[in-house]
This record gives sequence, C-alpha cells and structure tokens, in this order.
Amino acid sequence: MTDTTVDRARAAELGALGRFLKATELDTRMLGMVGALLVIWIGIHILSGGLFLTPRNLWNLSVQTSSVAIMATGMVLVIVMRNIDLSVGSVEGVVGMIMGVAQAEFLIRVLGFQLGNPWLWIIALAAGVALGLLIGAFQGFIIAYMEVPAFIVTLGGLLVWRGMAWLITSGRTVAPLDATFQLMGGGPRGSIGATASWIIGAVACAAVAFALLNGRSQRKRFHFPLRPVWAEVFLGVVACAVILGAVWVANSYPWPVGIVRQYAEKNGITIPEGGLFIAHGIAIPVLMAVVVGIVMTFITKRTRFGRYVFAIGGNPEAASLAGINTRWVTMKVFMIMGVLAAISAAISSARLNASTNALGTLDELLVIAAAVIGGTSLAGGSGTVLGAMLGALLMQSLQSGMVLLGIDSPLQSIVVGAVLVVAVWLDTVYRKRV
Amino acid sequence: MAEKAAPQTHQTGTPLIDMRNISIAFGGIRAVDDASVDLFPGEVVALLGHNGAGKSTLIKILSGAYKRDAGEIFVNGDEASISNPRDAKKYGIETIYQTLALADNVDAAANLFLGRELMTGWGTLDDVAMEAEARRVMGRLNPRFQRFKEPVVKLSGGQRQSVAIARAILFNARILIMDEPTAALGPQETAQVGELVKQLKADGIGIFLISHDIHDVFELADRVCVMKNGQVVGTARTSDVTQDEVLGMIILGKCPPGAIPGPGALKIAA
Repeated sequence: MTDTTVDRARAAELGALGRFLKATELDTRMLGMVGALLVIWIGIHILSGGLFLTPRNLWNLSVQTSSVAIMATGMVLVIVMRNIDLSVGSVEGVVGMIMGVAQAEFLIRVLGFQLGNPWLWIIALAAGVALGLLIGAFQGFIIAYMEVPAFIVTLGGLLVWRGMAWLITSGRTVAPLDATFQLMGGGPRGSIGATASWIIGAVACAAVAFALLNGRSQRKRFHFPLRPVWAEVFLGVVACAVILGAVWVANSYPWPVGIVRQYAEKNGITIPEGGLFIAHGIAIPVLMAVVVGIVMTFITKRTRFGRYVFAIGGNPEAASLAGINTRWVTMKVFMIMGVLAAISAAISSARLNASTNALGTLDELLVIAAAVIGGTSLAGGSGTVLGAMLGALLMQSLQSGMVLLGIDSPLQSIVVGAVLVVAVWLDTVYRKRV
Repeated sequence: MAEKAAPQTHQTGTPLIDMRNISIAFGGIRAVDDASVDLFPGEVVALLGHNGAGKSTLIKILSGAYKRDAGEIFVNGDEASISNPRDAKKYGIETIYQTLALADNVDAAANLFLGRELMTGWGTLDDVAMEAEARRVMGRLNPRFQRFKEPVVKLSGGQRQSVAIARAILFNARILIMDEPTAALGPQETAQVGELVKQLKADGIGIFLISHDIHDVFELADRVCVMKNGQVVGTARTSDVTQDEVLGMIILGKCPPGAIPGPGALKIAA
C-alpha cells in the first residue's frame, strides 16, 4: 500500500517528459544518440546544399556502415567483458585474402572447379568463417587460459594477421571474385529489389507487434506492472514507421541508367519514355548486418551465455563464485568476434570485388569507436548491440558527410578523433548524473 | 583427565558437514593448518578469530572458491568432492560472501539466478519467471523492496545484502555460510538478519556464521569455533563458556575448561 503511494508521489514529481520516458521505458541515452545522429544528418544536409538526405546517399551510407556495424556488435561483448580486440581489422584482412584466393585461384586451378560454380562462393565463405572462428579461438585461448592480457594478444594479432595477409600472395591483389560472392557487397544486383524489401518490412512490423503483445501477455501472466497501452502503441508505431521509412528510402533509389539499359536488353524489355524505374531495395550487406544485429541482440539478452558475459563484466569474482566458467565464456566471446570479422571481410572484399592485403586496415579503431560511442563502457559491464550499430552509423555519417562537403582527409581524421573523445566525455558526464 | 565433566560438544547423529584436517597454503604460508570443524542440522556454528586467522579461507574451501591441499569434507556422512563453487551448490551449500559477490550491473532477479538461470522450453532465459520468483523470495525477506528493474549497483547496502541472502536461501540450501552478514547493515536490518537466522535454524538448516561481533555470536550461535594463525584453538558450546573466555581464545589462544582444545590451543607446560 505504502509503496504504491510512494510510486504515485514519485510519478507526480516527474514532468511530462519524465512520465513519457517512464511509461515507454525508453533509454534516454539511446534517445540522445538518435538525436545526435539526426542533428548530424540535418546539419550536413543543409551545409551540403541538400545532398545528404537523398535516397542515393542514405542507401550508400547503409552499405558503407554494414561492415563496421557487424564487427561492432561483437566488440560490444569483448569490451563488456573488460577486454579489447585490436586485431579485428587484420583478421578481416587475412580472412578476406583467404576467401579471395580460395574462390579465384585455389578451387579453380588446384581442384578444377568451373568458373561460376555455385560451390565456389559457398566453400570460400565457409572457409573464411571457419578461419575467423579459428583465429578467434586461438587468441581467446591465449587470453583466457594462458592469461596474457587481451590488449597484448590482439596487438600482436594486429601485426601477425596483417603480415599473414601479405604473405598469402606476397602482396598481390586477387581479383575478380565470384559473381555470386560479389552480391554480398551490394550494388544494383546485390540488392533485393522493391517487392522483397516491402515484404521484409511488413514481416519486421509484424514481428515488432508480436514482440510487444507477447511481452505484455507474459507480464500479465505473472501480474507484473504493465506499460500503459498508449505507450505500447506509441512504441509499436514508431518502430514500424522507422522500418517502413527505411524500406521506402531504399526503394526510392533507382538503378543507374546504364545498368537499367543492360538489364532491359538482356530481358527484351523496351524502355518506356522517361526511363525505367527499377528500385535497388535493401542491399544484401545491410540485410546481413540487420540479421547479425538481431542475432547478437538475442544472444546478449535472451541466452545464458549473454547473461554471463554481462555478469562477468560487472564483477568477475562474483561470476566465478556463482559457478560460471569465466575462461570458457571469454574464449567464446573472441570466437564470435572472429566469425563477425570474417563476415565483414566477405562484405568488404565483395564490395571491392577484390581481395587486397590492406583490406580492413584501421578498421579496429572504427569498430572500437563505434562500440564506445554507442554506449559501451570501457570499464566493462554495460553496452548494447543496437547502440554499437548506431555508433557505427554515426561514425560513417560523419565520414561520408565530410566527403560530401569536400573536407580534406587530414581534417576528417581530426574531426572523427575529436568526436570520439567528446562523445565519451559526454557519456561519462551522463553516467555520473544518472 | 581429571576434569569433573568433560565439555559436551557433540550432538548425536550424523553431522551435516564434517571438515577434517583441512590444510591449504598460499606461497608457503599455511593459511589453514590441519583444521577440523563440524556442523549439525539446525545448528549455528560461529567461526571466530582475528583478521587473517584463516576462518574465511576455511569457509571458502567449503564453498568451493579455494581448493584444499589436504583433508576431507563429509556431507551427511559421505565424503564429498568439492573443487569449485558449482560442486558445493550441488551439495546444498550456499554462501553469503562478505563482499556479497553480486554482479553490480544486472538486476536483482539476474543475480538471484546467476549460474542457475530458469530457461524457457526454447532454451532462452525465462526472465519473467525469474522475476516472479525473485518477487516472491524478496517479498519474504524485505517486503518493501520494489526495485526489480534496476541494476543492483543502484540499491542501498541493506537492499544489496537482502539480494545476497535471498540468493543463498532461494535454492533450498541445507548448509548456509554467512561471512559477516551484518557488516553493512544498520541496527534494524541486523535484527532482521538475526530473525532470519533463527527461522532458518528452525527449518533444520545448518549455518556457519563468521562474525566479528561477539555479542551477535552469543545471541545466535550454538557453538563457537575459534581460529588463530590458521589453526583451530578450540570449539565450545556458547552455554559452556563466557564472552571473556572466548576473547581469551581469540587473543591469546588460551583454551578454557569449557572448550575442546584444537591443535592451535596454547600449550601449557605439563
């Protein structure tokens, strides 16, 4: 009885905004980041004379973000456990090289596969993912069981794997890659088109509605406090609006005229007056990043493993006294990081249509910055996958925005570096106040 | 041999816990040296001694946090192999650590079930069921507790303590180890813990209590076991010794007539 009155008294103290946040259970930190992202987008849009918020630029932005965003989801787990992985860029490099050599040379010359054989890209991708897993397991083993600090192990890895990437072909670039493999890089063919995009958007909206309803009925079953109905509806509507808005943007970006012409010739279509509008739709790498984001969110929030990662980050001693095998969890986190670096390697090399030994150089810094800007605390124990992906989007927005504005690359580095420090400073201030 | 009445320490029946001749050394220092202690159902045994006397170490061997170098542990008369915290929990041994050992960044329910999460049929965490159970057990311990959604780092000292205690009793512990359970608490909360100890005792749970507060010890414990320099000075029923005598055991290692001397008792020249 007393508690409900206290709660009510507390609720009355809150302003309208406070009540809104309490009812929707939205994270103010995340809202702040979305706000910062919008400020950057609108700011660059105005400064560039309306070039930024166009379907074409936003679509490209999404493709450019996907590789770093995928790795950032894994970096969240690594940093939550109070570790760091400086080797992801180099792992990306060596895995990309192996995948390139496998599909463009080894399988064809040594094992006699025909060009265009569908097994080419499947085997190459599988080999790459397996290699990523193996590298992650190896580094994770040294960190967890041999007790060498992650900073040192992965700093060594940064040099070792980059060197290996060079050694595989003595620095030679491998190209071109398998046509199917290239789809992972995006582009007109590496996108799923308008119809499929709308279907995915609709399915996603249905999933959002289902998740909200399911959560509500679960809480009802145990008579827990519920969110007000208007808050649930608001959350659902906003989520669906964002999803459908993103699909609409992707579907508003048409294929370039040249590719439309090729396509029309090949399929015997006559191009009508005023051109033929064929939409890109969602790019395959973006779709991959979204799927990775969903899977990683599921792992962190809904599995025992994810719970342990956060518990260990919060208090390693308590976790081991609770009977958690902290070493094995650590090793698994690095294995996941390795697999994600391999997926990113596939996307980046497919996008280049080549494997180079420089692939992914300095990506480790972008990935760590994305995770940290996205609210992952370097002290361990807190961070979200969604935050890290938004962090990656924010970094990429800044970078490609500055390219649009014609800012020189040294100045770009200065801005990105300064933004990172300021973002973490703001976060520190925020954490102290809340 | 000429004593009038031999001090009566042992109850009849099988002890819940019987630790025999336990030793452990850290880098040449014998933190626990040939220590033996037992515990019967429904009994509270207080472990006393200075800082560094070895009581926390002895208890951490029982809870699986440390691996002993020598000695045996019997649970209900059967030899037990305890080499990690999970083993200890399998025998129904639960521990409330002095540091509380809570994962600060997750909520109360996640802490209660840490390492023993409830899962749904899909193999995912059943947070709703865990929260329901947490509300039930916390309602018993601390009815005013409402902050189930917040990480435990935001809770007060007393609330954190109740989370740690709730975790220990949630899984039907048969043996409870409480390492300074009232160190962080105010007088009212300390009294609450005292009530809880009595209630658990009545349920037949055996409790090892580590405490600095000799007043608390005499109020709650049936027996005391005093340690000094890693060795057991002696064990005694609290009814057979005075507080001053127990202080003498702690400070001087002098074993009074009401106690059974251990290997660490001050040797008086015969």
